[in-house]
Amino acid sequence: MTQTSLPSTPQEEIIYLRPSRGWAAVNLLDVWRYRELVYFLIWRDIKVRYKQTALGAAWAIIQPFFTMVVFTIFFGRLAGVPSDGVPYPIFSFAGLLPWGLFSKALSDAGRSMIANRSMITKVYFPRLVIPLASVLSGLVDFGIGFLVLIGMMLYYNFLPGSETQITPTSAILTLPVFVLLALVTALGVGLWLSALNVIYRDINYILPFLTQFWLFVTPIAYPSSIVPEQWRWLYAINPMTGVVEGFRWALLGVDTAPGPMLAVSSIIAVLLLVSGLFYFRRMERTFADMV
Amino acid sequence: MGEIAVKVDNLSKLYRIGTVLGGPADSIYYRTLRETIADKVSSPFQRLSKARNKSGVSNAGDYRTAQEDNKRTIWALRDVSFELKKGQVLGVIGRNGAGKSTLLKILSRVTEPTQGTAEIHGRVGSLLEVGTGFHPELTGRENIYLNGAILGMKRTEIERKFDEIVAFAEVEKFIDTPVKRYSSGMYLRLAFAVAAHLEPEILVVDEVLAVGDAEFQRKCLGKMSSVAEQGRTVLFVSHNMSAIIRLTEESIVLDKGRLVLRAPSANAVDQYMSSGFSQIGERVWAGDEIPPKSAPFQPQKLRIVDSLGNTQDTIRSTRPFTIEMQYKLEAAITGLRVGLYLLTARGDLVLTSFDTDEPEKYDQYRVREPGSYLSRCTIPADLLNEGRYIIGVNASSYRIKRYFQDEYAMTFTVDGAGAPGTHWPESRQGMIRPRLNWQIEKVRGSGHEYAATSDVQSTPGHEALSE
Repeated sequence: MTQTSLPSTPQEEIIYLRPSRGWAAVNLLDVWRYRELVYFLIWRDIKVRYKQTALGAAWAIIQPFFTMVVFTIFFGRLAGVPSDGVPYPIFSFAGLLPWGLFSKALSDAGRSMIANRSMITKVYFPRLVIPLASVLSGLVDFGIGFLVLIGMMLYYNFLPGSETQITPTSAILTLPVFVLLALVTALGVGLWLSALNVIYRDINYILPFLTQFWLFVTPIAYPSSIVPEQWRWLYAINPMTGVVEGFRWALLGVDTAPGPMLAVSSIIAVLLLVSGLFYFRRMERTFADMV
Repeated sequence: MGEIAVKVDNLSKLYRIGTVLGGPADSIYYRTLRETIADKVSSPFQRLSKARNKSGVSNAGDYRTAQEDNKRTIWALRDVSFELKKGQVLGVIGRNGAGKSTLLKILSRVTEPTQGTAEIHGRVGSLLEVGTGFHPELTGRENIYLNGAILGMKRTEIERKFDEIVAFAEVEKFIDTPVKRYSSGMYLRLAFAVAAHLEPEILVVDEVLAVGDAEFQRKCLGKMSSVAEQGRTVLFVSHNMSAIIRLTEESIVLDKGRLVLRAPSANAVDQYMSSGFSQIGERVWAGDEIPPKSAPFQPQKLRIVDSLGNTQDTIRSTRPFTIEMQYKLEAAITGLRVGLYLLTARGDLVLTSFDTDEPEKYDQYRVREPGSYLSRCTIPADLLNEGRYIIGVNASSYRIKRYFQDEYAMTFTVDGAGAPGTHWPESRQGMIRPRLNWQIEKVRGSGHEYAATSDVQSTPGHEALSE
């Protein structure tokens, strides 16, 4: 038995437990201290996700890829939806990729508190760690899908007889900003839903409906340029509009930078995140009793 | 060593019960949006009727809601105050629902108190349930890291203790096997090993020792006492009174959420064992003692009946007696078994028995229809040693649902007068004191030849004795 001496801390930490009321400050320092737990939870999600599946990580490609095929046939060919001068397949895939990241993050985060109830009722840790980890764990699938997108871009560039040349500009460097915006939006909404889900299990039923609905109001199958100019700022209230348009701009060099739309989207996303953090924090103390 | 580690001041916790839709008793209730909306909509009317009440108009409906509100909340912990010095090991004892787990949950920051405060000096580690966050698909190695992180260990800390954890759990060979392939014993050992290697200044332990085989339990107790020797502060909850006495110097007794006693552990255990239980050989369950989730099973009465048909607190070891459980079923239950645990006063299990242990009985009562029932069994004469015993009750359908359980339903005393060996005044060790059929033989001849022994074995005893 190793005789480990007690850490003789000069300034020993004293924790005061008392009932809290109303709105409390969001304790991000505590989350930072538990950053290793975030890392391990993400790692667990990834390790477990494709265990005992025949196709394994290929699922990360199959879903967006076949959605793209269906979109291309029905929207691109049959309905003749415009695609801002870019081949439709790559146009829709560039939208589906950040969408996949967002919708997976949203539904995982929304269900995360219920899925991890055994941990919540047994051990203390900042509860924020759980939805945070479920949002971040989607990044791996996103990374895999991104390789497919790069492959598609190369294919269209080197395709003999292809007039379209997709040459990435320096705008590609802004891509992480849009990924971050998608994650912030997913976490903001995810925090609201996961906290609400603890009390109201209705959220489980709302989630699939919500993501489906959201897909249609996001310019994935169609470009946002079909929305009348004067209404675009309103359209950008959906932060995913800014994300998808930004993605296409950064990767495919479509049009100009989505300035005003991006600004509106970012403001809404930050509002969602901040309000989500506070609401989650307010509900946090009841989680162990209610979940 | 005079420093304070934990200071608890008037700690209280109010739980809402009520609209329970299944789930453990402490998870209390779910709501749907519809219910909330319905509440919001109907509350103005309630306010209206209250106003009417004040103006002298009687309103029976309003009275009923007030009473229902009372029924829907329960103080799991009420005004509990105590201090714990650094390096002290404190036992926490009390019956089911006395507030032990709630206390530990508050101190380990899982849940917040409703009233009162607590002050904790140093890092708290909890062993409320081992194996929290274990994932069946992950290997033993992976689960050690994951579980360690959940319990609040740093990665470097886990790496440093990794070999020690594996050795303690005795799973070296299977460390890279998914834990879903582990036997339940291996799983448990690994889970406990990770938790036991947590090194907080304050350790909070809840009944983890009730699991595993005897050998492993000994190991766990050993680990616990070494933790205490290292000068850590420990709060230890257990139903195992021998473990409490062995591991703790002082204990607090909780009853219905209140702290009723703080005393040296041996005294506290004695007090606890002799108080709180009715001394009339009978236990009746009041409505509020039956958790809502036990429906449709309703325990009513448990009693000890002597050979003359009287309810008794004290029975004689040399006479048979009957344990009788009376209960009501509000709906038919399939595969129900009603049974009892018999424990010594120190909490060591003597036996477990169910009313449908015999296959024929099980077939006969495969579905138990609604109605009132009595399940009774006879404990034969000359079985139990003298002393105080505890009866626990369990009603369940195997692998389907545990309807009701009360591990400490009542106690009774066994009087040893006339039992084997009572002509020697010394106290007899052991849980049971059966009258065994002893035979003494004088062996023919002077030596201990093998032939003689085999000869004795083949002949009936009394022949040899009559010689």
